[in-house]
Amino acid sequence: MMNWSLAVPELVLACCGMAILLFGALMKRRETFHLASMLTIGAFLITAMLVIAGPHGLAYHGQFVADSFSGFVKLLVLAGSAFAVVASLDYNEHENLRRFEFPVLILFATVGMMLMASAVNLMTLYVGLELQSLSIYVLAAFARDQLRSSEAGLKYFVLGALASGLLLYGISLIYGFTGSMQFDQLARVLADPARVSPGLIVGIVFLVAGLAFKVSAVPFHMWTPDVYEGAPTPVTLLMGTSPKVAAMALLVRAMATPFGHLLGQWQQLIVLVSIASMLLGALAAIGQRNIKRLMAYSSIGHMGYVLIGLAAGTPAGIRGVLLYLVTYVFMSAGTFACILAMRRRGVMLEQIADLGGLGRRDPVLAMWLTVFMFSMAGIPPFSGFWAKYFIFTAAVQSGLWALAVIGVLTSVIGAYYYIRIIKVMYFDEPQEAFDPRPPSLSLLAAGSGLFTTLFFVFPAPFVGAAETAAKVLFG
Amino acid sequence: MIAALAFYVFAGILLLSAAMVVSARNPVHSVLFLILAFFNAAGLFLLAGAEFLAMILVIVYVGAVAVLFLFVVMMLDIDFAELRGGFQRYLPVGLAVGLVLLIELGIVLGGWKLAPDAAALRFAPNLAGAHNTAQLGRLIYTDYILLFQAAGLVLLVAMIGAIVLTLRERHSALRQDITAQQSRSVRQTMELIDMPIGAGIGGSGTTGIRRPAAPAPAPAAAPAHADHGGH
Repeated sequence: MMNWSLAVPELVLACCGMAILLFGALMKRRETFHLASMLTIGAFLITAMLVIAGPHGLAYHGQFVADSFSGFVKLLVLAGSAFAVVASLDYNEHENLRRFEFPVLILFATVGMMLMASAVNLMTLYVGLELQSLSIYVLAAFARDQLRSSEAGLKYFVLGALASGLLLYGISLIYGFTGSMQFDQLARVLADPARVSPGLIVGIVFLVAGLAFKVSAVPFHMWTPDVYEGAPTPVTLLMGTSPKVAAMALLVRAMATPFGHLLGQWQQLIVLVSIASMLLGALAAIGQRNIKRLMAYSSIGHMGYVLIGLAAGTPAGIRGVLLYLVTYVFMSAGTFACILAMRRRGVMLEQIADLGGLGRRDPVLAMWLTVFMFSMAGIPPFSGFWAKYFIFTAAVQSGLWALAVIGVLTSVIGAYYYIRIIKVMYFDEPQEAFDPRPPSLSLLAAGSGLFTTLFFVFPAPFVGAAETAAKVLFG
Repeated sequence: MIAALAFYVFAGILLLSAAMVVSARNPVHSVLFLILAFFNAAGLFLLAGAEFLAMILVIVYVGAVAVLFLFVVMMLDIDFAELRGGFQRYLPVGLAVGLVLLIELGIVLGGWKLAPDAAALRFAPNLAGAHNTAQLGRLIYTDYILLFQAAGLVLLVAMIGAIVLTLRERHSALRQDITAQQSRSVRQTMELIDMPIGAGIGGSGTTGIRRPAAPAPAPAAAPAHADHGGH
């Protein structure tokens, strides 16, 4: 059945992207960057409304689905991408990157991520993933005159191409051993244990490996610190928010729907990846001096926690995954907004030591950064604590005691380096003040900070939406 | 009978020209043999009833790819004789690797068992009354329209990326600005001077090159080229 109207949000967003591209190419004035960014944020808003209002169902011959899970993920992805555009407004002006292609590439990456959220076919999954990845490779190398940015783009591209190869190989094995690429048909075929062959398991392992690269989970995390450090900071913000959400949603849907009957086969794999990610995220971040690298290791650790929810393999676990992603997007965006405000005499700073004495020089910025660091460390009452709470309770309910215990231990270790930043801000020698903050960054930091602080007051709508979304996968 | 004859002619020339592609001394001849090989492969596709693929092969591969090859071969000054210089030296190693691969292939093929229904499934379902152009069109533009369009977006992003990362606006480049040309008034380009009769131009202070009185304002668009290159 051709029910093309289910994909209206994607279609509208893609058309907006092409219109903005045309507009930027035809207008030859200097202000196109700012205007294109505003138009992009407008397009995100319109798309978000269409996602909320859109009907649910299966479309395009079973290649595309619109349900509460995809809607939840899409809204989160749109929010993350909009944050990245807001964060780029001031940065790109200063760093001489004011080109209208920047927001357009973010927009097309977002189209890819929305496709990923709606993928119920291995081909849709792959095409959406490629659209997202290709845009972000270009964005990572956007500061083409800086060696580090070009290096980041190239590294990400080469390793990403390798991961795509693994993913495709896995998909071809799955298709070869089951005869279908559609999630619902795969689930029907695999309900019969006799149809499960070693080749299929190898295919699933390759699929997980390819997706683990995208969420930078441990054996496939090598690119993360270098790319985070080298890419322009708004791009790092983008990489730390929406693509992680989209890839994690993809992993969750791919594991829970078609291979739900094989929980025993892939659970140990996810458990292993999760433990390794949490450990590496906690231990490797301790020695970091550069705050962007620190955030890279922190994101690896956070993805480890998110994977606990997937390993649980229950609706409660998936609910925990979604809630963790919500809080993570806001924490991450807020932290990067604070990092983007670290500029002294027009030069961007990235060292943790540069934050010295921020508590006296700029108490507001120091307060927000403190909120985000406490939240990342999982200290109540901030949102990060509740996210970890939902994840760990789900793990305990599924009997994964070891995972929960390791998770708690690594969060305690991780708290050391988060709290060290707070210590540097409030107890170290004061340094020269930062340049005045642009309103866009203040807004971003304050907005995410308020969300992170007040999440415990109004968690009900988020928990409810996540619960509905998680139930869809277990129909 | 004629079909069988045509098959052997096409297949024979195809194999022959393919062998010539790798063995011809002159790289331009190699590319020309490649084009011949493409034409014969297109003929084989026609015999197999895949007329759309045949036409695409001629249009895309002969029309675009092979011509591109030809340009590249002509433009790059590659000394192919020197590249082949180590041929004799590496021949034993190459032969040994090839032999190992051949044996492995033989082992794989020796254990090959065809599934009973494989022969029937090998061919795509042939809808009665629809030739394969229509069938392909139906697949691409109806069944997989979403993926087709998304793949189009991937290519668009690749194009934007190539432009963003490599295009540099050169300040020395002279461009024609049609708007500026058309909006110039006569007064900006030509000045009429009243000259007294018989005075000559020497004494009037108007010697040398006269510029129009009102200098043409620089077009507003010109400095905007400095750092964005997406047009």
